Formats: sequence, structure tokens, C-alpha cells
Amino acid sequence: MITLSNIEKVYQTKTIETVALQHVNLTVPKGEFLSVMGPSGCGKSTLLNIMGLLDVPSKGIVEINGQPIKSYKDKELAHLRNEKIGFVFQSYHLVNDLSVLDNVELPLLYRKGVSGTERSRRAKIALEKVGLSARTRHYPNQLSGGQRQRVAIARALIGQPEIILADEPTGNLDSVMGEEVMHILLNLNRQDGTTIVMVTHDENMALKTERLVRFFDGQQVSDAKIHEFQKV
Amino acid sequence: MLKNYLKIAWKVLLRRKFFTFISLFGISFTLMVLVVATSLFDHAFGPQMPEQETDRLLFVNMMREQHDGGFSSSGPPSYHFLNNYVRTLKTPEKVSINSMFFQVNSYIDSRKLALDIKYTDREFWDILDFNFLEGSAFTRQDVQSANRVAVINENTRKQYFGAGHAVGKYIEVDQVKYKVVGVVEDVPVLRLHSYADVWVPITLKSQDFHAPGLRGTYFATIKAAKASDVPQIKAEYAAMLQQVEGQQPEKSTKLYSFPDTFLEGMARTFLGNGKEPGVGILYGLLTAVAFLFMLLPAINLVNINISRIMERSSEIGVRKAFGASSTTIIGQFLVENIFLTLLGGLLGFVLSAGVLWLINDSGLIVYANLGLNLRVFALGLLLCLVFGLISGVYPAFKMSRLHAVEALKGGSQ
Repeated sequence: MITLSNIEKVYQTKTIETVALQHVNLTVPKGEFLSVMGPSGCGKSTLLNIMGLLDVPSKGIVEINGQPIKSYKDKELAHLRNEKIGFVFQSYHLVNDLSVLDNVELPLLYRKGVSGTERSRRAKIALEKVGLSARTRHYPNQLSGGQRQRVAIARALIGQPEIILADEPTGNLDSVMGEEVMHILLNLNRQDGTTIVMVTHDENMALKTERLVRFFDGQQVSDAKIHEFQKV
Repeated sequence: MLKNYLKIAWKVLLRRKFFTFISLFGISFTLMVLVVATSLFDHAFGPQMPEQETDRLLFVNMMREQHDGGFSSSGPPSYHFLNNYVRTLKTPEKVSINSMFFQVNSYIDSRKLALDIKYTDREFWDILDFNFLEGSAFTRQDVQSANRVAVINENTRKQYFGAGHAVGKYIEVDQVKYKVVGVVEDVPVLRLHSYADVWVPITLKSQDFHAPGLRGTYFATIKAAKASDVPQIKAEYAAMLQQVEGQQPEKSTKLYSFPDTFLEGMARTFLGNGKEPGVGILYGLLTAVAFLFMLLPAINLVNINISRIMERSSEIGVRKAFGASSTTIIGQFLVENIFLTLLGGLLGFVLSAGVLWLINDSGLIVYANLGLNLRVFALGLLLCLVFGLISGVYPAFKMSRLHAVEALKGGSQ
């Protein structure tokens, strides 16, 4: 599904060179639920940004479905993100000026040939999946944190991406809401076979996934299958 | 897509009411001033009753005598000069000699009324297109016999006779009784060469006819057979003037006088040197002023836009993450900006219409009839779009370059 080979990311300013990632070799097979853990500043988010084609590695090759990303032209990357990838962010990043329904529809705006009625039909289905079909006309600031994150998940899955990249999706939520969100992600993975990569600080959440990769100082230090994980 | 953009544009406008007010005020006020100015310009120089065929009309309203030693005197030409040298020009189809307008007092039932009176010949009525509401102009016979007859405007009729008819009745102006032969629609005061409240035969002022000298209190209105004759008329006029110059007792006296269109006359008065009327300079200056005038609010808008868009960096990040390219983002912000400027434009037009109505109603410009014509409207619309582009392109471009990762860090909702 996604393969990272020998990835290195260096941030360079005039005086300082910061190595964010080095020697990263990671393969995420189709349908896997992978979690990434590590202390702050270890390069987890950078890893996710590179996987999501939001950032460009300094060295190494990113492959999606066996196809290496050769060109990093703005338009082509935008198109790939739209077709293949869905994002869930720690701080939701909903557009406050748009209703819940319009927020969820957003990725389909950038997909050719999807009509307005089709967009809203699919947005309603996505909202049903996250249990928010009663809130389509609400605005983000009328929702609780957990509800906002569920809207964000609906937005991530509306375009039927092959992979969802979630950056600390439960980080801003209390344990009950965090559980709810985790439950939705697990369902997506188990029922729809969506590949998910989740960065988290929460060991309990990580242990619910299929595989756990740990990072330290920009390097991958461990990679383990979680035995309790039950695939349906 | 467009609907979505407009929806968000509207929401953003509502959310930041103060910014929106400043932006809209800037745009609509600027546009209003430009539209009112254009309308005034149009009103002053465009075809308008009674000067409809402006491209065939020339006016002589100035004679400057430059004497030895550098001093010069100037003013309207004399009847003597116009009658002997201008009326005899070969190229024009018709030449009219008419006086400047003079303010005189009249009394109606001990109520004082200040009226502007103008002395004209018969040709004046042939050359200009007055709208007669009653009767007609005085005849050649009236002029020859110096009959005390008058054409009055609508306002004067109202002052003297209320709602009733005026033709055949008498008015007393400056202690002289005139028989009214015609009533015309009010002429705006900006049409200096045609305007008056009361027009009477020029022969009633025959004491001026034999006064020697080149300067007096008269104008000539010249009509060319066709617009293409105008340069020839100017050339003939220049040749004639040179001849007159030669006949002056002081050999070194230089004469400057020109048959100008109304616009040329104005430009020459304010900008021109002795030879060139300076219409090009006038247009250049007006364009520069308009441009500068628009530049300030545009820069202001760019600033407001940048800070306003900066607040939306999280939205830009999200849109990019979900598949918007930089071009799409530029498109979105341009649409928003053009929407804002068109809204400002609409407000500007409502404001302009209000201000024009106020000017017309206030009598600030006597008998003005300023209107928002189609040409002014189209120009305003174009200005709006230029405005929207100027103030939108730079911020949109700047924001579209924002890296998605950075943009997402910029805000958290």
C-alpha cells in the first residue's frame, strides 16, 4: 500500500541543520491499522506528512500501491491526495464558516465530475457512519470535541480513500470521547478494510491497533505486531 | 464549487463585520466619487440639450492681446471683431454671435428675482437644439427690428406665471417689458455658451456694436457642416487672426484666440499654453488622478485581505490536504474578492444615484440634470472588476504559496 524506502528529512536553516527523520524503511500493507508512537519531536508528524504527500522527503522514495512518487508537482500531488488519502488531525481543522454537511463535502469539491446532489448524498452517508446524521445543518462551534472529530472522520472517508492518516485523533478528547472515536476508526478498518496509520501518545489506544511502530530521535526503534488485535 | 465559494465568502463577510464595513465603505465610496465625477464630466462636455452635436460645434470665447513688454490682457471678444471677421469665415455652415449672460434683477409683485439674460441673434436658435415647450424662437425680423421679445426658460415661466402659459404675455426684466414668444426647457449652467433664463434679440444692445477694439462681452458659436470640417475652420480662423494682427496699430501685439470645442476651451483655460488646447494633458491628468484615487483603497484592501486570509490559514491547509492545488486556492480567493468588490460596487451605485439625486435636487449646479447613464454604469462595473483583481491577486497568490503543513500549524479549530 505505502512503502517508504530509506527516507530522510532534514530541515535546513542558514545556521542549523535539523534531522527530523533518517533511515526510515516502513511498509504499510493494504488493510492494516498501524500506530506510531514516540516522544514529542521524534519525527512522527513529519513521517505522517511525508506519507500524506504534504511534505517532501530530502532523500528516499515514497511508493503508493507500488508506484513511486517521482514528480512532486503541486497539481499532481493535490490530485493524489484527493484520490488516495484522507486526513484526521488532532485539532480537527474544520472550516468554521461551513456547516457540518459542507465540511464533509469539501474533498469532493476537488474531484471532477461529482455533482452537488451526489456530494450531499455521499456526505450524508459518511455522517451516518460516524453517527452524526442529525447534525448536518449545525456548525462546528455548536458541537462537542468528540462530535467535531467525528465530522472530521466523515470528511476523511467521504472520498473513499485507500488510506486514512490520523495525527493524534484522540489527543484533544477525554477518555470517553476518545473511545468513541477509536471505535469508529476500528470499525472503518475492520468493516471497510481501510488502511489506517495513526500517530498517538496514548499507549492504550495504540494497543488496540494491529501493529505498533516506535520512533526516537527521527529513527524507527521498534516494530511489533499486537497479539490481542483481532481481525474480523 | 462556485456556490460553495460564494457561501463561504458571505459567511466570512458576516463574521468580520468591522473589516467588511471598512472594505465595503472603501470600495463603494471610491466608486461613488468616480461615478459622480464621470457623470459631471459627461454632463459638462458630452452631448446634451441644447448642444447635441458637440463634434460640429465650436465656441469662441476668449481674445488675448499680448503686448510688447510682456503684459497681456484677455477677455471675451468684441461684437465688432466677431461680426467683421468671424461671421465672414467661409468654411462654417453657420455662425452665431451672442453675449455673455448678465445677472439682472426683476420684481414680481415686489418679490425680487435674479435672472440671467443673454442677447442673441437668430442663428443662435438655428445652431442649437433647444427643447421648446411653448411657442418658438424670435424671428430674423424680430432681431432686425430690435423687437422687445423674449424666449424664457421653464423656471422663469414658473416664477412669473405659475402653472399657466406664457406665450403672448409680458414680463418685465430690468425695467424693460418683453413679450414672451417661446418657452424652453431649463439649460444647465455648465453649458456656459447657451445657458440663460431669458434670451432676447442682440440688437437691443446695439450700443455695443460700434465700440472699437477686439475685446468685449460677446461669444461666437460656430457650426460646421460636418465634423471633418472642424480642422479647416480652425485653420481659416488662424489665418484670419494673423491678418487682424497685421492691422493692429502696435505692430508687436500678438493675438491669441481660438475656435474650440467646449472641452478644448476648458482645457485651454486651465492647462493649455497659447497654442495647444491641452486636451490630451487634461485626459492624462484625469486618468492619473482616478488611478491614484483607486490605488489607495486598493492597497488598503490588499492589507485587510492579507490579514483576513492569514486567519484562514488552517482552512487553506485543510483544502490543500484534501486535494486543492495552489491554483484552486487562488481561484477561491479571487472569487471571494470579486464578490466583495461587486457588492461594494452595487452599494457604490446606490450611493452614486443618491448623491446625483441630491446634486440635482439641491440646485448646487443650476438646472443640473445629472444621470447615471449606461456608459457610466459600464465604466463603474469595469472599475469594480479591476479593483477586485488589484486587491485580490496579491493576497491570493501569497496565500496559495503557503505550505500545507505550515498552514495547518497556523490555526486550530
